[in-house]
Amino acid sequence: MRDSEGWLVKELRRRGVSRRDFILFCGGIASTFALPSSAATKIAAALSRAKKPILVWLEFQDCAGNTESFLRASAPSAGEVILDLLSLDYHETIMAAAGHQAEAALDGVVKTNKGEYLCVVEGSIPTGANGAYCTIGGKSALAIAREVCGGAAATIAMGTCATYGGLPAAAPNPTGALGVSDAVPGVKNLINLSACPANAANLVALVSYYLTFKRWPPVDSVGRPLFAYGKTIHDNCERRAHFDQSQYVEAWGDAGHRAGYCLYKMGCKGPVTHQNCPNVGWNQGTNWPIGCGHPCIGCAEPDFWDKMTPFYKHLPNVEGFGASAPVDTAGLWLLGGTAAAFGAHTVVKMAQHRMATGKGPQTPPPLKSAEPPQAPRTGGKP
Amino acid sequence: MSHVVVDPVTRIEGHLRIEAEVDGGQVQDAWSSSTMFRGIEIILKGRDPRDAWAFTQRICGVCTTVHAIASIRAVENAVGARPPPNARILRNLIIAAQCIQDHVIHFYHLHALDWVDVVSALSADPAKTAALAQSISDWPLSSEKYFSGVKTRLKDFVDRGQLGPFANAYWGHPAYKLPPEANLLAVAHYLEALDWQREFIKIHAILGGKNPHLQSFLVGGMATPVDPNSQAALNIGTIDALRSLTAKGRDFVTRVYLPDVLAVASFYKDWAGYGAGVGNYLVYGEYPEDDSAKPPLFLPAGVIRNRDLSKVLPVDPARITESVKHSWYDYAGGDDKPLPPAQGETRPKYTGPQPPYERLNLAEKYSWLKSPRYEGEPMEVGPLARMLVAYGSGHKRVQELVGTALGQLKVGPEALFSTLGRIAARCIETVVLAEKIDDWVNALAANMGAGDLRIQDNAKWDPSSWPKEAFGAGFHEAPRGALGHWVHIKDGVIANYQCIVPSTWNAGPRDQAGKRGPYESSLLKTPVADPTKPLEILRTVHSFDPCMACGVHVVDVNRRPLAEVRTP
Repeated sequence: MRDSEGWLVKELRRRGVSRRDFILFCGGIASTFALPSSAATKIAAALSRAKKPILVWLEFQDCAGNTESFLRASAPSAGEVILDLLSLDYHETIMAAAGHQAEAALDGVVKTNKGEYLCVVEGSIPTGANGAYCTIGGKSALAIAREVCGGAAATIAMGTCATYGGLPAAAPNPTGALGVSDAVPGVKNLINLSACPANAANLVALVSYYLTFKRWPPVDSVGRPLFAYGKTIHDNCERRAHFDQSQYVEAWGDAGHRAGYCLYKMGCKGPVTHQNCPNVGWNQGTNWPIGCGHPCIGCAEPDFWDKMTPFYKHLPNVEGFGASAPVDTAGLWLLGGTAAAFGAHTVVKMAQHRMATGKGPQTPPPLKSAEPPQAPRTGGKP
Repeated sequence: MSHVVVDPVTRIEGHLRIEAEVDGGQVQDAWSSSTMFRGIEIILKGRDPRDAWAFTQRICGVCTTVHAIASIRAVENAVGARPPPNARILRNLIIAAQCIQDHVIHFYHLHALDWVDVVSALSADPAKTAALAQSISDWPLSSEKYFSGVKTRLKDFVDRGQLGPFANAYWGHPAYKLPPEANLLAVAHYLEALDWQREFIKIHAILGGKNPHLQSFLVGGMATPVDPNSQAALNIGTIDALRSLTAKGRDFVTRVYLPDVLAVASFYKDWAGYGAGVGNYLVYGEYPEDDSAKPPLFLPAGVIRNRDLSKVLPVDPARITESVKHSWYDYAGGDDKPLPPAQGETRPKYTGPQPPYERLNLAEKYSWLKSPRYEGEPMEVGPLARMLVAYGSGHKRVQELVGTALGQLKVGPEALFSTLGRIAARCIETVVLAEKIDDWVNALAANMGAGDLRIQDNAKWDPSSWPKEAFGAGFHEAPRGALGHWVHIKDGVIANYQCIVPSTWNAGPRDQAGKRGPYESSLLKTPVADPTKPLEILRTVHSFDPCMACGVHVVDVNRRPLAEVRTP
């Protein structure tokens, strides 16, 4: 028994975590995904494997906010160990190697572990200036994304820039920035973990799920896991009772603001924003934006920099306020329908880029020409 | 002669490329290039100025508060909003917490591996490591058993054969000088600091809802209600929580970070002779202590030229210009004439090699950064600049700590102007702020007790209260140095927006006169034992704490004079 427990249990014991606590933690993951409690043992077994699965983390037009979010991962205590269970073979912000040695680390993963490694992408991918708006080691972000995501077993687009283009893609999208789904068409096993940044608690749960079941959990129409994006902020907001009783903050610092009234009139986008902030909180559940008195800005939704702004202007026609249209209709008005928005996404981005540059239509170069020549693989699986 | 290319420079924020000529075991010349552009100022045009902080905040997720702070200050300056005392205090708390956390992460997670050989730690004697730890600090995690556990954990990690982020590095390089025990001590504290930062930054979650990307900023104040009698506001329970976090923060900074820096530095005193750089320093100053138009600042503003600490000159933003001679932009009037930010232009124009490429064309344009200059000279900004200006301005606590550090290392004041000086200054600043931060917690509590619950200047919230056209500037000392935002508002929306950012000052390329930027200057004469493993280049570049996503910012057409500047 001891031997089969291996490294993980030793590691946990060193950190004062008993096997029982670990199984309880895995049970927590199971319940997050509404799985039967018997799944906990399976999760524990999957997480305890001898060889750590490889993770590479790519940063393109990013601010490293998702990396910082990742560094805040911790709760529950074994969560840190879960991340330890991956071999983080490439992550520019963290890795010791630099320059050629760093590039060699990434090349090594792509060539010898093709189809086996996990990839996280942070930041958008620019298509303008023939890729020169973001290069690493002299290669364009687009070429790197297509090569590395193309060879991954699965890819997580983390944060709203990597998922939907995010801030760089906000109008007029000066650099022709795209999210992974648009920049790497046909990439397999992509899942979107949006928000600015994405919450580390959701990353941990998502990775645990994948390592256990070798597939992603069910997603919504814009590719996000339902466990974290299945409900709106408004659905679960701790201030919802105040909304239902028409108790609103009218001015910053007024009696209603101090009493925790609803921020709807101050511009809150909670009614049309899908994320589990009210449930899991941030920084180990310490707080969340509405909890600190500021409206939700809708950061988990596609194109929120354009569609949710001005941030302090309140949404029209949310049911219960003005009572002229149900919440979901307001959401459709605002987002243009999530599915439609997703489908039209690339077109919008390209149009914005055209407006910005005054140039004609621009589409990403075909996959083949963007792929750097591949050395013959040795030891890798086809 | 070897031409060395380091791209990507890792353990930084963003995308930085260094090219260097190495001959005779030394860097003979160096070029700093930023290889990522987003165009955030272009995106800001036509938007509500009250939203700008959220956009600019995303310039950087590492220094996640700094562009929000500079932005709200700039817009407040333009529209005449005056945040109440609670907002000033909350901002000071947030700024100080950012700086403390950022500096600790920089030392342990971004910089330490340039000095600490992780593999060597495997041969450390835990008993001797414990003796070393106890000789430099009374930090309780210092037993033989503790270090034995860390060593075993490290050994297990290595034995699994998957080195992950520690693979392929320069372990065993002759420039590593620490004995195995000091390496093991540092590895232990690398891991402890990883836990520490996660806890300490809960200050931001309390005051800003989350970190990274806090969400409590408002033009005119803060969105965090203050009310001792409400559970939905900052109250006395919050004050206690903040005090507990600041105490733990201070404990680690004074009992782990400071002793570690001094211990590591004692093995690398030769690095007090490398990395000096341009010798000019620029500081806008930070931490306003009252709500007047020209508030006293806890850390003073000033300019130092040619390393002359006896003369701290006043800062005049009108003396700033930017050159694009070697940047991928062009100016309508030609690239040989630098322009002041108030008349700046930004027209991205990429003329570099098409990717994939091996070499940049270093004689022509080679970076997405512009080259800011003050009175035509390159200036270093950041913790070293701040500590030198504070020292030269008679800041007592800074003078004491600088004196103690120099005394312990048995080096003279000239050692400050170096790679090692930057590391020491960053640590000293962290100590000064960790000691100071409770003053602001106490001030918040006192205001609460006195019944001052104001958090916002609501009179200037609605755009109808603004002038038809307004100009504003906001200045801030970010962890990495002097940061300025300039905004032009017309008919309630942003007509123009511009940022000049610390890493632009430090990492910018040569200017039209061929003067190197601070990174480039600081690398000259850096020893390089093995050009295929340029560890020493990383040491000096990392000592600036590069933040490249911040650095690439464009200045937009804006030919009007700026409003009177309220600093910061």
